[in-house]
Amino acid sequence: MNWLFRSLNSSIGKKVIMAITGISLILFLLVHLANNLTLFAGPSTFNTVVKSLDSIKPFIRVIEVILALIFIFHIFNGVRLWYENKIARPTPYAVNGSSKNSTLLSRTMIHTGSIIFIFLVIHLSTFWNAFNFSDLHRTHSYYEFTADMFSNVYYSIFYIIAMIILGFHLNHGFQSAFQTFGWNNNKYFPLVKALGFLYSVLMAVAFSSIPIYFLLIGGN
Amino acid sequence: MAEKKINLLVKVWRQPSTTSVGSFVDYKISVSPDSSFLEMLDEINNDLEKKNLEPIAFESDCREGICGTCGLVINGQPHGPIPKIATCQLHMRNFKDGDTVWVEPFRAKAFQVMKDLIVERSGLDKIIAAGGYISVNTGSIPDANAIPISKERSSIAMDAAACIGCGACVAACKNASAMLFVSAKVSQLALLPQGQPERTRRVQNMVKVMDELGFGSCSNTYACEAECPKGISVKNIARLNREFILANVKSDNIEA
Repeated sequence: MNWLFRSLNSSIGKKVIMAITGISLILFLLVHLANNLTLFAGPSTFNTVVKSLDSIKPFIRVIEVILALIFIFHIFNGVRLWYENKIARPTPYAVNGSSKNSTLLSRTMIHTGSIIFIFLVIHLSTFWNAFNFSDLHRTHSYYEFTADMFSNVYYSIFYIIAMIILGFHLNHGFQSAFQTFGWNNNKYFPLVKALGFLYSVLMAVAFSSIPIYFLLIGGN
Repeated sequence: MAEKKINLLVKVWRQPSTTSVGSFVDYKISVSPDSSFLEMLDEINNDLEKKNLEPIAFESDCREGICGTCGLVINGQPHGPIPKIATCQLHMRNFKDGDTVWVEPFRAKAFQVMKDLIVERSGLDKIIAAGGYISVNTGSIPDANAIPISKERSSIAMDAAACIGCGACVAACKNASAMLFVSAKVSQLALLPQGQPERTRRVQNMVKVMDELGFGSCSNTYACEAECPKGISVKNIARLNREFILANVKSDNIEA
């Protein structure tokens, strides 16, 4: 299996890891969003959905472990690439001309990624933690808990900002993954870029719509 | 009528040797807008030599954009502000009277500064030596069109072969990655029938040497394509990725 480790440790291999984990997370976000949007159907629907997920917990736990591994690989590899790429240019330029040859979003993946990581930690320690290890387990009042959380203006604004930054990260990441797999030609790459843009806007808007909704209706 | 000249403040990176500390030195010059960028540096050097001072060391050869020897970072952009030209094809008419012009060497761990604006680019040669060639027996001249190839394919190979190996892609990349250079060389041969026998080995060895030399990894910012004097497309990087992944998966050699 040495050849596999060597391949994945090469410059292109590390990109491939970023792309595979990135695409996996892109797909995960779709599932997550579908679940979240049931909030709009009211308390009973959302509580039933979460309860039914709760009833297949062993299966969900396995998925969660896989998901955690994907996140860890994506984050570890991203930080590693950032660090190695920093070392590849020890002396910076006096004049930074990068704005003339590349987009801001493509150059700031480590920064948007870091903010998303902070969001992830806070998100897990509040929602995931409460849904799994609190009284909610007994009361099944997940909707009410969510409404309560998002009635806090600061918390909601933090969520919305994080989702906009997630959109930035996804916009570059989506097409970047296709390029890394070697799928770039004149016919479908413009389509991939457009699809990535639509996807990232959808994610930012749809995920943000939940805190905005609860802010507007004022909690419960 | 007297020729109209423009006055510039040129800030040039001066560094006596690899190990010494460098800094920017200011030069004020009045130059014809019709002169090229390198001629402007020549004028500064004439002046310096008249004063018995060390001239600015910079590289140039053909001065018509085909050899890839010249390569300076001008105001933060490799080969200056005009797309698809080499430094030698840049003219002073692209600058305004009173402008400040920053001139820096290509910066990368793999491109050490040797003196002033000259950097060690033999790393690119080492990558070529690792596989950027085809092995054929010499003999009599082969018949024209003896090997069939479509016009489309040969055109794409030719576009990749336009790479002059100047290293601007490395200089432009925020990660100092040489992926555009390597991808152009890999593509050019992978697309042609003559490149097939060594196709797998070539991409594996070239990427290996590229990594060993300390070039960074590609993060798909596409700055390289924007700054390439020959307009080499990042589609070549996609092809390189594809070639490398397939070579590693399909080749039976577990040592490579």
